[in-house]
Amino acid sequence: MIGRRGLFAGLATLPVAGGLVGRAEERKVAAATPPRAKGRFAPPLSGREALRRRYFPNVELTTSNGEKVKFYDDLLKDKIVVLNLMYAQCDGICPTTTSNLKTVRKILREAVDHEIFIYSLTLKPEEDSPAALKEYARIHGVDDQHWSFLTGKPDEVDLLRHKLGFADPDPEVDRDKSRHSGMLRYGNESLAIWGTCQGSAEPDWIAQEIGFAVPRRFKRRPRVND
Amino acid sequence: MYYKADGERVSRSRWKEMYQAFKNRQELIKAGFTRRDLIQMGLLTAGGMLVAKNGLSSRAYAAWGSGSCSRGTTGCGNCASPVTTPWTMNMPVPPVKQPIALSALTGPAPTLAPNNAINPATGIAYEGRTRAHQSPIGSHSALPFPAATVYQVRQRDADVNVSPDLPPQRLWTFDGVSPGATFVAQYGTPILIRNYNNLPVDNGGFGLNSVTTHLHNGHTPSESDGFPCDYFAAGQYYDQYYPNQLAGFLSTHQSTNGDINEALSSLWYHDHREGFTAQNVYKGLLGHYILFNSFDTGDETTGFRLPSFPAYDIPMMFADRCFDAVTGAMVFDTFNIDGILGDKFMVNGAIQPVLHVHPRRYRLRWTNSGPSRFLQVYVTDPNNLSAPQPFWQISNDGNLLPHPVQVPAVALGVAERADVIIDFAQYAGKTIYLENRLNQPNGQGGPTGSVVGGGQGFLMLKIVVDLPAVADDSAVPSASTSYYTLPSVSASPRVSRSFNFDQDRNGQWTINGGLFSCNSPRFLVQQNSLEQWNFQNGWNWSHPIHVHLEEHQVTQGAPGLYGSSSDDSANYSRWGSQYCWSGCDTNSPTGVNLARKDTVRLVPRSNATIRMRFRDWLGRYAMHCHNVIHEDHAMMLRFDVATTGDTNSRP
Repeated sequence: MIGRRGLFAGLATLPVAGGLVGRAEERKVAAATPPRAKGRFAPPLSGREALRRRYFPNVELTTSNGEKVKFYDDLLKDKIVVLNLMYAQCDGICPTTTSNLKTVRKILREAVDHEIFIYSLTLKPEEDSPAALKEYARIHGVDDQHWSFLTGKPDEVDLLRHKLGFADPDPEVDRDKSRHSGMLRYGNESLAIWGTCQGSAEPDWIAQEIGFAVPRRFKRRPRVND
Repeated sequence: MYYKADGERVSRSRWKEMYQAFKNRQELIKAGFTRRDLIQMGLLTAGGMLVAKNGLSSRAYAAWGSGSCSRGTTGCGNCASPVTTPWTMNMPVPPVKQPIALSALTGPAPTLAPNNAINPATGIAYEGRTRAHQSPIGSHSALPFPAATVYQVRQRDADVNVSPDLPPQRLWTFDGVSPGATFVAQYGTPILIRNYNNLPVDNGGFGLNSVTTHLHNGHTPSESDGFPCDYFAAGQYYDQYYPNQLAGFLSTHQSTNGDINEALSSLWYHDHREGFTAQNVYKGLLGHYILFNSFDTGDETTGFRLPSFPAYDIPMMFADRCFDAVTGAMVFDTFNIDGILGDKFMVNGAIQPVLHVHPRRYRLRWTNSGPSRFLQVYVTDPNNLSAPQPFWQISNDGNLLPHPVQVPAVALGVAERADVIIDFAQYAGKTIYLENRLNQPNGQGGPTGSVVGGGQGFLMLKIVVDLPAVADDSAVPSASTSYYTLPSVSASPRVSRSFNFDQDRNGQWTINGGLFSCNSPRFLVQQNSLEQWNFQNGWNWSHPIHVHLEEHQVTQGAPGLYGSSSDDSANYSRWGSQYCWSGCDTNSPTGVNLARKDTVRLVPRSNATIRMRFRDWLGRYAMHCHNVIHEDHAMMLRFDVATTGDTNSRP
């Protein structure tokens, strides 16, 4: 893992990539709108706005400190985030993922000069009170102001779980909470970059993947042995 | 023509209901109502149906990505693309990429070692490559460096028209077109491609401007292969060296400059960015790559006398996409990690286009570019829907077969390819269609195995045989025509390895229980050795498994055409009356599966065995599921070819 100095050398002068397009004659030429399409459609949305409308309902959630937060406005907007699913009594995959995320957090703190927010969303909101989540965090040694454990109204949490693709397409599997998704979602909301990786993978690899959401502020490519 | 995403054709009124429901959902979501609010307001039932009221009767959460999603699962209910009138746009044929002088390259001259010098304009290295072009490039007479033929491409965004009924789409392209220009290469003539990443930060909602371009089925040195983790940043270039040499040229067949029976014909290039392949390919980063030699010449008066390129030899890239009903913009289902389907069929980047042809033989090169849909492509005569319309398949995965095989249809999993010869003389003055008749309810599991009747599937391309009669000097294909001989793989493999593709309990794809990482190889293949890989699909979804570097032969368990036997020719007798769903594991290949392939379709709970040699090149390569949604999350492993291999039988 190269250190912060190595990572950021020269980055300050880096222009926006869009400005790197070469000779003027190679600039894109806007295709004319076909006549039959004219006037039929609403103007295009920005990428982040399209994603917000499609995937990010602004439901109210409650943190383990009892604080009320809006999912989009308070947790996602303008932030780089990692999301996972858990529940307080989970003794299957949750401890592994939580432990991995702790290591990932440590690696990213050293490698990235941008705060990354971690959100662990319960999939048993009816059982997991803020206090139960606080206890889970304490047991797992998570004491981190940018890592929130979240609960909410069961129906809204369930909607969120489906919107974010944490639901299993097989209803039988989906009903078995112990088989809940072990995937992580990570994203850079303002740049509309969203990816997915496996929560049980090696923490070093997870950290590299999450770094994809931090353009040019992370090493360009994974550490592959040559 | 109106379709549901699962392939079912629907009436205009039904589609209008779907569209209305889509718009209503959008309005309701925009207004900030939650699902519970909707239930309380009596607008939504617990089953996910919008209550029948003023055109609200369509399923509220249905049909994009998952047929069974009842709770607003991501991807559900969002694909009712705007209506487009089919057959109003000519099928684009990508231009042939033209070489340039070495001195005309932008930036520093190519170097064997990566050019790590800092580009003052960007503050980062000129080149994104990290490894030198491997020996003997630059020291072998067949591998001059830089190559005599040099190209430059720029990956950039551009506005592209896909239908007269949709606004221009802001896609990511090679040189402004998608599919990108077709590379036409010759065996024995290495090429160097300077590949610039000039993609913008603004992705319009999906895509990552960090790329690695893979030449699919290329016998390519690792550092030029487009390995998923060899990506490069915006502002950088990556010099890719394609030797265009026959497999074995440095090893088993040195005296003949490689094994002619390993010649490749129809390849494609596409982005392979680790974790973002699906988004980047969906956004447009793909194109064709054709290889000719002294047998497959591109001239119908020489060699195998296959129809001449480019007049009568046409590459076709099949894809399905979804468009937003409100803005008309292409949409990607970012939070669906199971597989996605679109309801608009595209050929070479246009929705349901038209192709005008002469009444003569044509070679069509078909590629299924995905992302998740499997195809079974038929020729359909609208005036005689029940009559089989057989044609000749001459390649499997772009590699010429031992001889042409007459087929009623071609089945293509994602990334699978077929060259076919269709004689349009028999349709002179008529209009026919290419039709996908395969039933696939969602993007996850692949097809059900059943096919619909003629005219009831997705019509993808309208072919009008209205151009004047012209000479046809191409050979008449027949079962006695010979192309290449299938190389023997009957020698004892150095190692036999087993791979089980599965999910763990928590929805994470695994191969032999292990998860993906770029950072270390799962096993080492010994250079120039023969290996046998036994694939086991432990999951009840279909997976097209692709292996980099070398084509393989499926020795057992290759699936054939889907569907009933009613239109099967004798060539397909092995598949009998039903799709090979189980019990096909031990079948030996016949027909079009007596072939060299690079992607094997694993049907649910099924096995397949492949054999291949890993010759000439060293370094890291990938084996992965080519349902690119599965690939990204992360049904993939890295293996390395090394001078000394291991014998891990279950890596």
